[in-house]
Amino acid sequence: MRIGVLAVQGDFQEHCAFLNKLSVETVEVRLPEDLHDLDALIIPGGESTTIGKLARQYNLIEELRKLSKTIPIWGTCGGLVFMAKEVGFDQPLLGIMDVEVERNAFGRQVESFEQDLFIDGLEGPAFPGIFIRAPVVKNVGKNVRILCQINNDRIVAVRQNNLLATSFHPELTSDDRLHGYFIAMAENPK
Amino acid sequence: METGTLTVKRGHAQMLKGGVIMDVVTPEHAKIAEEAGACAVMALERVPADIRAHGGVARMSDPGLILEIMSCVSIPVMAKCRIGHFVEAQILEAIGVDYIDESEVLTPADESNHIDKMNFKVPFVCGCRNLGEALRRIAEGAAMIRTKGEAGTGDVVEAVRHARSVIGEINKISVMRTDELAAYAKEIGAPLELVRETAEKKRLPVVNFAAGGVATPADAAMMMQLGVDGVFVGSGIFKSGNPAARAKAIVQAVTHFNNPQILAEVSKGLGEAMVGIGISQLPESERLAVRGW
Repeated sequence: MRIGVLAVQGDFQEHCAFLNKLSVETVEVRLPEDLHDLDALIIPGGESTTIGKLARQYNLIEELRKLSKTIPIWGTCGGLVFMAKEVGFDQPLLGIMDVEVERNAFGRQVESFEQDLFIDGLEGPAFPGIFIRAPVVKNVGKNVRILCQINNDRIVAVRQNNLLATSFHPELTSDDRLHGYFIAMAENPK
Repeated sequence: METGTLTVKRGHAQMLKGGVIMDVVTPEHAKIAEEAGACAVMALERVPADIRAHGGVARMSDPGLILEIMSCVSIPVMAKCRIGHFVEAQILEAIGVDYIDESEVLTPADESNHIDKMNFKVPFVCGCRNLGEALRRIAEGAAMIRTKGEAGTGDVVEAVRHARSVIGEINKISVMRTDELAAYAKEIGAPLELVRETAEKKRLPVVNFAAGGVATPADAAMMMQLGVDGVFVGSGIFKSGNPAARAKAIVQAVTHFNNPQILAEVSKGLGEAMVGIGISQLPESERLAVRGW
């Protein structure tokens, strides 16, 4: 199992360390040539405007769009923003996920928070949700399944076939269930 | 739902990793920085080079200016308060800045005490010259560290000295016997618990950026290769001939810090770098990095 982590900016090292602990080989992706022979790809948290611009400068946007048709891709926080079709700002987007996203939907950093979550498809106790200047999904297309909602039905985790996206940061926790869920998506591509 | 936890404060800095934080003094600068790919901006009335030239007491910027900058970009906005000036920090928290830099670039308000940063919901970044200073700041609640360098000079030598010092000391403690760590903690004036944690992780418990004197893409990439998590650029961008091009080049250099071909490409045709002041010409009394206790 080889999972690429988009490494242009953000907490890609945290995702790599998490996957390595689960005995998964990781590749830091900065250029199109780093995308060979991957079983799946993670787009980490970070500044979505920065990630988008750096991806565009080195021709990663088209390559990632092509890849999204063949392997599982998971975006966390800024990664969710980058995958979305519409975010209400003029910034480079992959547009591979049929969702409309609101950036910084809970406010600025002083409003960042931790909250227990119950996520469709995860067994066991609540999942520790870490929300940092987090986005939410405002609208979903018909092929998008909602996996988790919090306060007044705000959508914070979604899946569209081989694409997974979360507003929060499992890579900052010690709970490996969502990484396990994603690895299972890569092991059994549908 | 819990706000202001250590996890979300430190976590925000983790989202800035691999990025460039740029000093800006106007909303126009902030837009240029965001367009270039900055992962955050530091809102200021004057960049450090101008603080040096201006002299006098350097204080927190006008909250009105900071709010104006916050309203015109979507990326995080940081602002500086004086060392020990907890009321400036309260004001910055009240207006909702995303990070406070308790900074030696401003004139210190307290020559013994730093701010008790645990009391705030907003996270703080603090400067350091060595591991002891970094761990003292973390013990006070800093959620992010930056090596100080010498701000407003355009000379990278102090940034290198401080980064090498912190990283070198971490390497040293990571191979020490556990019974040696207590004596070492005492020697560097740092809490033993944090020395132990750092030795075990082989890195600081929080994100560590480089600052103070970075003026070129090569400077930024060098700091990254030395092992920092990202870079602050103060005067180096907006005191140069072509800020937009230089800002964009430094952002690319931090991402592709290990790729000399790309570094060569982005270093071309950037125009004049900031003129700068060699550290050897700077009298001890004008050095900012010595502020901090």
